[in-house]
Amino acid sequence: MRLDILNRGYRPGTKLLFAVIRLFSGHPVPDAAKLVFYRPGFYGDRAKEFTHEAMRGPSAWSVGDRELMAAYVSKVNGTPFCIAAHTATARRAYQDGGKVQAVLDDLASAPVEEPLRATLRMLGKLTAEGTLSAGDMREVLAAGVSRQQVEDALAVCAAFNTTDRLSDAFGFEVLSPEGFEAGAKFLLKRGYR
Amino acid sequence: MPDVDKKRAAHRALVDAVLQGDGKASATQRARAFSNEGLSPPLAELIGKVATRPAQVTEADFAAAKAAGCSEEQLFELVICAAVGESARLYEAGLAALAALGEGAATGEAG
Repeated sequence: MRLDILNRGYRPGTKLLFAVIRLFSGHPVPDAAKLVFYRPGFYGDRAKEFTHEAMRGPSAWSVGDRELMAAYVSKVNGTPFCIAAHTATARRAYQDGGKVQAVLDDLASAPVEEPLRATLRMLGKLTAEGTLSAGDMREVLAAGVSRQQVEDALAVCAAFNTTDRLSDAFGFEVLSPEGFEAGAKFLLKRGYR
Repeated sequence: MPDVDKKRAAHRALVDAVLQGDGKASATQRARAFSNEGLSPPLAELIGKVATRPAQVTEADFAAAKAAGCSEEQLFELVICAAVGESARLYEAGLAALAALGEGAATGEAG
């Protein structure tokens, strides 16, 4: 990562934890996970709590839907690490890789239900343009999305607009496909806390 | 809607921590990074990129900020403030667009 403290500045107990994870998983700890262990009182503890709540807390959206939203927002931001990580996680959650890839390739023609399509379109516009009109939001509700689902999706959008920026700014290293698969398995089993 | 409140509360706690928690950068600098306003070059360049075009951040942006006197600890904090700040504005913009429609809009959903 672009700051030496994020590569080498961890406490001995944290370094040991990273070594144990590497030993048992067979993969290095992803930079996204390392970051939240650096001075966790400043950012990591609360970032994990918020991201977990958005991605795994109670919601009418499935875990797969929310992972797909994370992948889609990351695609709009053009963040390679997060696109790969959440594409792998969404694929595994849905047990349907084709659907995830179709959404990322062309949302308009992808085989997803209209409420999810309208929500992804809205999140993409908000992420790209920084603003939404009442008309944009009316279209989402008209597609059958509840107000609470909109709020839940906006929380996912906020969490991944943060992580995408940190990934790009600090320069998270892109993992091997096997590394991303191991990460996806972990995120589905344990979440973000 | 307690679940929604929990998400918003967790987000609020994150924002409060990066702005007001213990840190090496001053609260003023952190607030400026969060709002992407009022910083001087070269830090303004790095923070502006984090907020609005993060894919364009380079090693040189960090090197210039360090040469101007920022420590790595301060840059860790200020980059995070910029990322959390921009995302918070997106979150607010989305919630505001929803609120503008009023309860029960479009679908008859009770809200």
